[in-house]
Amino acid sequence: MKIEVTQKSRPVLSAEKMAEIQGVISQFPEGKSKSAVIRILHIVEEEAGGWLSPDTMDMVAEILNIQPIEVYEVATFYTMFNLNPVGKYIFEVCRTGPCMLVGSDNIIEYIENKLDVKVGGTTADGMFTLKTAECLGACGYGPMLQCGKHYHEHLTPAKVDELIDACRKGEIKANF
Amino acid sequence: MGRKLLLEHIDVPSIETFDVYRKNGGYRSVEKALKTMSPEEVVEEVKKANLKGRGGAGFPTGLKWSFLAKPEGVPRYLLCNADESEPGTFKDRYLMEKIPHLLIEGMIVSSYALGSNLSYIYIRGEYMWVLEILEKAIAEAYAKGFLGKNILGSGFDLDLRVAPGGGAYICGEETALIESLEGKRGNPRIKPPFPAVKGLWGCPTVVNNVESLATVVPIINDGAEEYTKLGTDASNGTKLISACGNVTRGGVYEIELGISVEEFIYGDEWCRGIANNKKIKALVPGGSSVPILPAHLITKTAAGENRLMSYESLADGGFASGSMLGSGGFIVFDEDQCIVRNTWNFARFYAHESCGQCSPCREGTGWMEKVLHRLENGKGNMRDIELLADINKKIEGNTICPLGDAAAWPVAAAIRHFREEFEWHVTHPEDAVKGNYGLLKGITV
Ligand SMILES: Cc1cc2nc3c(=O)[nH]c(=O)nc-3n(C[C@H](O)[C@H](O)[C@H](O)COP(=O)(O)O)c2cc1C
Ligand code: SF4
Ligand code: FES
Repeated sequence: MKIEVTQKSRPVLSAEKMAEIQGVISQFPEGKSKSAVIRILHIVEEEAGGWLSPDTMDMVAEILNIQPIEVYEVATFYTMFNLNPVGKYIFEVCRTGPCMLVGSDNIIEYIENKLDVKVGGTTADGMFTLKTAECLGACGYGPMLQCGKHYHEHLTPAKVDELIDACRKGEIKANF
Repeated sequence: MGRKLLLEHIDVPSIETFDVYRKNGGYRSVEKALKTMSPEEVVEEVKKANLKGRGGAGFPTGLKWSFLAKPEGVPRYLLCNADESEPGTFKDRYLMEKIPHLLIEGMIVSSYALGSNLSYIYIRGEYMWVLEILEKAIAEAYAKGFLGKNILGSGFDLDLRVAPGGGAYICGEETALIESLEGKRGNPRIKPPFPAVKGLWGCPTVVNNVESLATVVPIINDGAEEYTKLGTDASNGTKLISACGNVTRGGVYEIELGISVEEFIYGDEWCRGIANNKKIKALVPGGSSVPILPAHLITKTAAGENRLMSYESLADGGFASGSMLGSGGFIVFDEDQCIVRNTWNFARFYAHESCGQCSPCREGTGWMEKVLHRLENGKGNMRDIELLADINKKIEGNTICPLGDAAAWPVAAAIRHFREEFEWHVTHPEDAVKGNYGLLKGITV
């Protein structure tokens, strides 16, 4: 399977999602709706297959009635936002000190070999994107990785295998 | 067994729900404060409790509150800092995930004290599932009349909201947090003006850590006098410590301030010693930004006293032979670890997280990372070690926010205590590439 890379990749938002976005905006006082931008970017990124195209960002600017550059500025500053297409699943492995002390390097290498992908890359079949992350606040339970909203902790090669199988079987929520 | 004030009921099944939390004494401090105390009295009580901010800097919470400007007709805001991104720190997540109502309760009482009618919890974006737990708990608190209009008939209104970040350590710095909450890049602001005068949307604002706000609950319930009976003279109460690295049992523990470091590392109730029966080589006691301590300065201070888990004892000896309690991120290194490698790893973290506004920080953190990477990979020379010290001096004190210092201090401390290890990487370049210093050389104390 190949990922379709198109610039016109604006997600179509359901009425339910639009209501959710309105709910986020209403959490801020009148005239301060720009404050909602980060959370809205999280929502639309999920709807858009796990990444933000310029087109998707323009849509957020329209929703909030702000300049597109104000959205680009934010999307490029925060590391959670993907500005390029990603795989069905993203593994973000923590690489920071405390996790390194308990073997995160080995886990990263294991995943690289197992999936034949380098950090920053996506597997040829478009299934997995491998990224590293800085401390995710799970240092006592490392090595760990985040996939979707979930943390997978105390990782071993066997646990990584299980996770990959679960993804392949579609048991875990995918980006698209 | 030490007394617990925050995590006492953590193992009660369903403590994350309003009803169970309430049955276990939850929301009493809201009743007490709103019905029997004036906002000023709440501030006074927190001042008397000598609560030091639990986010890392240890600034007295009551004093911070008393600085809040109160111009007529201008809203004031309380923001909870749940950005928690300092390497080694994972206590706030634990508290919010397991017992979310404790934070909500603390925020209601604190908002009342400060006169905030709209307060926010700013949580790091990676904790999205914790955000959902908080929102569920907040909805319950609204339904039970502890949030919203005229809480418990007191005339006090409060709306409480949660807002996520998007992945940026710098947003834990309070003015960067405010910028981020305004929907912008997380660039720290030049101070003054301080948030207490001009914060969120230009209004007076207080930013406090999750644990600080949660601790207001037992302070109001029991009174400052009872609270200060716990801990040492200068470090009152209890503190959450998140233990990680090469300990047998990592995790979040609530300790009474003043227990010994030795007891915490080796005690059955806490970390249960070093994993795999190894020896301890070093300790970073308060998150990645604080100075590292070599083995001989961990359980004893340079003066030969027992080192205690308290603000003053961990700092004993200053930067020459002490460290800091910081955020309570307690990182333990066993004998097989390489200090140069870890120092490089932390330097890479800071280089990655610098917001890039000030050149000394933006360039300096990048240079330190490069030089350390060179050393770690056997490509450095002796001058590099002096170069690191020099870069350090150029960053320190020359930046808008403390991230620059936070990046510089750990490097300086590592060189101070483990210089021979840095030099070994220069004199043994082939071994340095082959493997960890620790594994090749063992302890050299
Ligand atoms: C780079 C940097 C990162 C910080 N990260 C956090 C954080 O994640 N959580 C936190 O509570 N405080 C953090 N702080 C400290 C905050 O600026 C602020 O002092 C704190 O939230 C105040 O709360 P407290 O007084 O209750 O501790 C950070 C400071 C700096 C300079
Ligand atoms: S010290 Fe670093 S992180 Fe802080 S404002 Fe300057 S460049 Fe940004
Ligand atoms: S260092 Fe990996 S989660 Fe903190």
